[in-house]
Amino acid sequence: MLDLILTQMLNGMASASSLFLVASGLSIIFGVTRIVNFAHGSLYMLGAYLAVTLVGAFGPASPLGFWGGILLAAFLVGLIGIVIEVVILRRIYQAPELFQLLATFGVVLMVQDIALAVWGPEDRLGPRAPGFKSFVMILDSRFPSYELFLIAVGPLVLGLLWFLFRRTRWGTLVRAATQDREMVGALGVDQRLLFTSVFGFGAALAGLGGALQLPREAVTLHMDLSTIAEVFVVVVVGGLGSVGGAYLAAVLIGVLHAFGILIFPKITLVLVFLVMAVVLIVKPYGLMGRKPAATLPGAAGIEPLLTPATPGAKLAGLAALLLLAAAPLAVSDAWLLTLTELVIFALFAASLHVMMGPGGMASFGHAAYFGLGAYGAALAVKWLGAPMEPALLLAPFLAGIAGIVFGWFCVRLSGVYMAMLTLAFAQIAWATAFQWVELTGGDNGILGVWPSAWAVPKAVFFYLTLAICAASVLLLRRLVFSPLGYALRAGRDSPLRAEAIGIDVMRVQWAAFAIAAFAAGIAGALFAFSKGSVFPTYLAIPRSVDALLMVLLGGVQTVSGPVVGAFAYIGLSEQLVKLTPYWRFTLGLAIVLLVSLFPRGLVGGFLAWRDRRDAGDPAR
Amino acid sequence: MSGIEPVLSVRELAKSFGGVRAVQGVSFDVAAGEMLALIGPNGAGKSTCFNMLGGQLAPDSGAVTLLGRSIAGAKPREIWRRGVGRTFQITATFASMSVRENVQMALISQAGGAWNPLAPARARHVAAAEALLAQVGMLEQAGRACGILAYGDLKRVELAIALANGPRLLLMDEPTAGMAPQERIALMALVARIAKAEAIAVLFTEHDMDVVFAHADRVLVLDRGRLIADGPPHAVRNDAGVRAVYLGTDDGAEGA
Repeated sequence: MLDLILTQMLNGMASASSLFLVASGLSIIFGVTRIVNFAHGSLYMLGAYLAVTLVGAFGPASPLGFWGGILLAAFLVGLIGIVIEVVILRRIYQAPELFQLLATFGVVLMVQDIALAVWGPEDRLGPRAPGFKSFVMILDSRFPSYELFLIAVGPLVLGLLWFLFRRTRWGTLVRAATQDREMVGALGVDQRLLFTSVFGFGAALAGLGGALQLPREAVTLHMDLSTIAEVFVVVVVGGLGSVGGAYLAAVLIGVLHAFGILIFPKITLVLVFLVMAVVLIVKPYGLMGRKPAATLPGAAGIEPLLTPATPGAKLAGLAALLLLAAAPLAVSDAWLLTLTELVIFALFAASLHVMMGPGGMASFGHAAYFGLGAYGAALAVKWLGAPMEPALLLAPFLAGIAGIVFGWFCVRLSGVYMAMLTLAFAQIAWATAFQWVELTGGDNGILGVWPSAWAVPKAVFFYLTLAICAASVLLLRRLVFSPLGYALRAGRDSPLRAEAIGIDVMRVQWAAFAIAAFAAGIAGALFAFSKGSVFPTYLAIPRSVDALLMVLLGGVQTVSGPVVGAFAYIGLSEQLVKLTPYWRFTLGLAIVLLVSLFPRGLVGGFLAWRDRRDAGDPAR
Repeated sequence: MSGIEPVLSVRELAKSFGGVRAVQGVSFDVAAGEMLALIGPNGAGKSTCFNMLGGQLAPDSGAVTLLGRSIAGAKPREIWRRGVGRTFQITATFASMSVRENVQMALISQAGGAWNPLAPARARHVAAAEALLAQVGMLEQAGRACGILAYGDLKRVELAIALANGPRLLLMDEPTAGMAPQERIALMALVARIAKAEAIAVLFTEHDMDVVFAHADRVLVLDRGRLIADGPPHAVRNDAGVRAVYLGTDDGAEGA
């Protein structure tokens, strides 16, 4: 027993090292550029793939070939990081932080397809490390010596980073820029060079982390997102911007994982979740993190006045609704299915908008509630034998309850911290659906989630969906203009003032979080019945990003934006999937271009254009 | 002020940040209808003092009593419910709302209606909001967005918001900072008029000595966290200790 505990402990410490390399890179980049690099997991994956190729080419048997390959892989990933910074990020440092996150997610998509094209869909196994093929006897069990080497890498890199930041000019500049970017700029330091070098350095750390995993585990195309979710947890627990905190948290999470596999092999992430919850209750900004300086008011641009729709806009909305209602008369069943999905996604987007727009709370994990709605419906059908009607009624409550529990933690944070935490929660929900095979069927999902007999015809189900979604969207819209919606907006505009006039900002945000989750659950439940099945992908990160894109595409500051965005985005991506097998690359590229061209979204951009035109009118 | 229970009573208030004693042993009262100025050089502890009274900071020790009940360590929103209106050194208003909606929001919250998720908020408390705006001279601009107002106008909107709970005490941190000299006098004259008419106790910090001597009934002088003078303006103006640490040799100095 004792030796089992010890080996698991060492196992955990070994995986902590790679986690730490990636997390410290993310933290350093964030400290200087204020960008949370979503693509950091992709850089980690690239490091692993490049190492497979390079080590294979140099000869895995010779120490020089192996270690040379590993180091060269890390170096190349650093170069790739520099290219990403110069080509993409440099253009968007002034954009709102959410758009920066989105742009880096565009990079994630592009890298996924590049890796698929270069290395193919099969998992790759790396060679063992020369000189570390033996085992060490610890108590009575054999322990791979490479693991011991990895355990040493963590503190070694931590020490090197400490030396770099305390004893070199470049490190001093990085620390100075982390504390006060503007001041460093004012002192005549070339910021462009500093940002680029920091990004390259952080990328190389991630690449090294990936390359070092080579002898331990298979290299797969899923490494990017699973790693980034874990790294977000590490960074949230350790404290964003603290390298020491990142190490502490990486060890904590790594060891927890190792023991979780022993205790709850089905739901290891639940343990991690519980620890994260405890840390955040005690220290909201992580073990070694500090409360971030409040973002300057107006940094994201002055909020426009939010006014109810003009009679013209209301007429346009009514016309669109009538047009949709007439659709079953004119289009085929296949098109009707697409339209059903579009309507569902419009509700999904509108639910996220309530949080993001009036609430000012960015969620990178809204798919969790969509997916829980879908699973709620499917589980009710499969395990309770419920027909569609009660399942549709019950399912949103599963999402709503998750929103209440997760939201309680999330509203304690703000900005990118909150975005990372929502993503971590979504990943936990996803992992539960994926790992708890007995309940959820795991990767195979749950099949046979069909509507009741009366609602089976495509047109009937379309009308049912349209009625529920339109009513829900209108209710959400009403919420935005209600006292609660105003209180929510008050908390976003000026928490200081809101509290000083008696508004409990956190509770209002919590309520909005739960409402948004519930509404997303309605959309998810409908989606389950329209597809007839549910899969873990419903709660995966790409679905969360779908929601974000729909909202941002339409414009965060407008109420009609998310609905317009949903139609534009789903329409676009459906066409893309039909057109090219590399649709992820194309979509990623489109995201990057959109972010740089329309930082206000489509409807937001239109409104701004209209304002400019109107302002120009008297002059004519 | 003897014989009347003070609206706000502060006793032995203290706060340290690390080793720095920002405020220590501060005691004073404010009576209904009284304009009490809190002055002192930069770093004297005025804002710390203010933030403890408004609930943004919790005091290390000392008593803060509002109308006979302790509010020390209470949250800002609880202090608002007890009848305290607050304006901030840097104006805090809701930029995405119109001037009228800003005041409506305060009135909605005061009436306990902020949790209503369905009724249109724009229709709530319109008359009361406009009456408050008329009181501060902002009715003409009721429909404009707060995000685009001139700074002096924002200060007036903040005053209207702070008055929305029918306060017994107004806490105004640098109410005239960033305003033109003419505007300053006008705003403080307005505050004094409202305070007298509605028997509101007003505690304000101020850097402009013209404003202080024109409108304060009484002046408190804070220096390095301690209260060094408490009296009517003319007495404080002639206090040798105050002149030495604060006003310097020239009484025209403005807290250098």
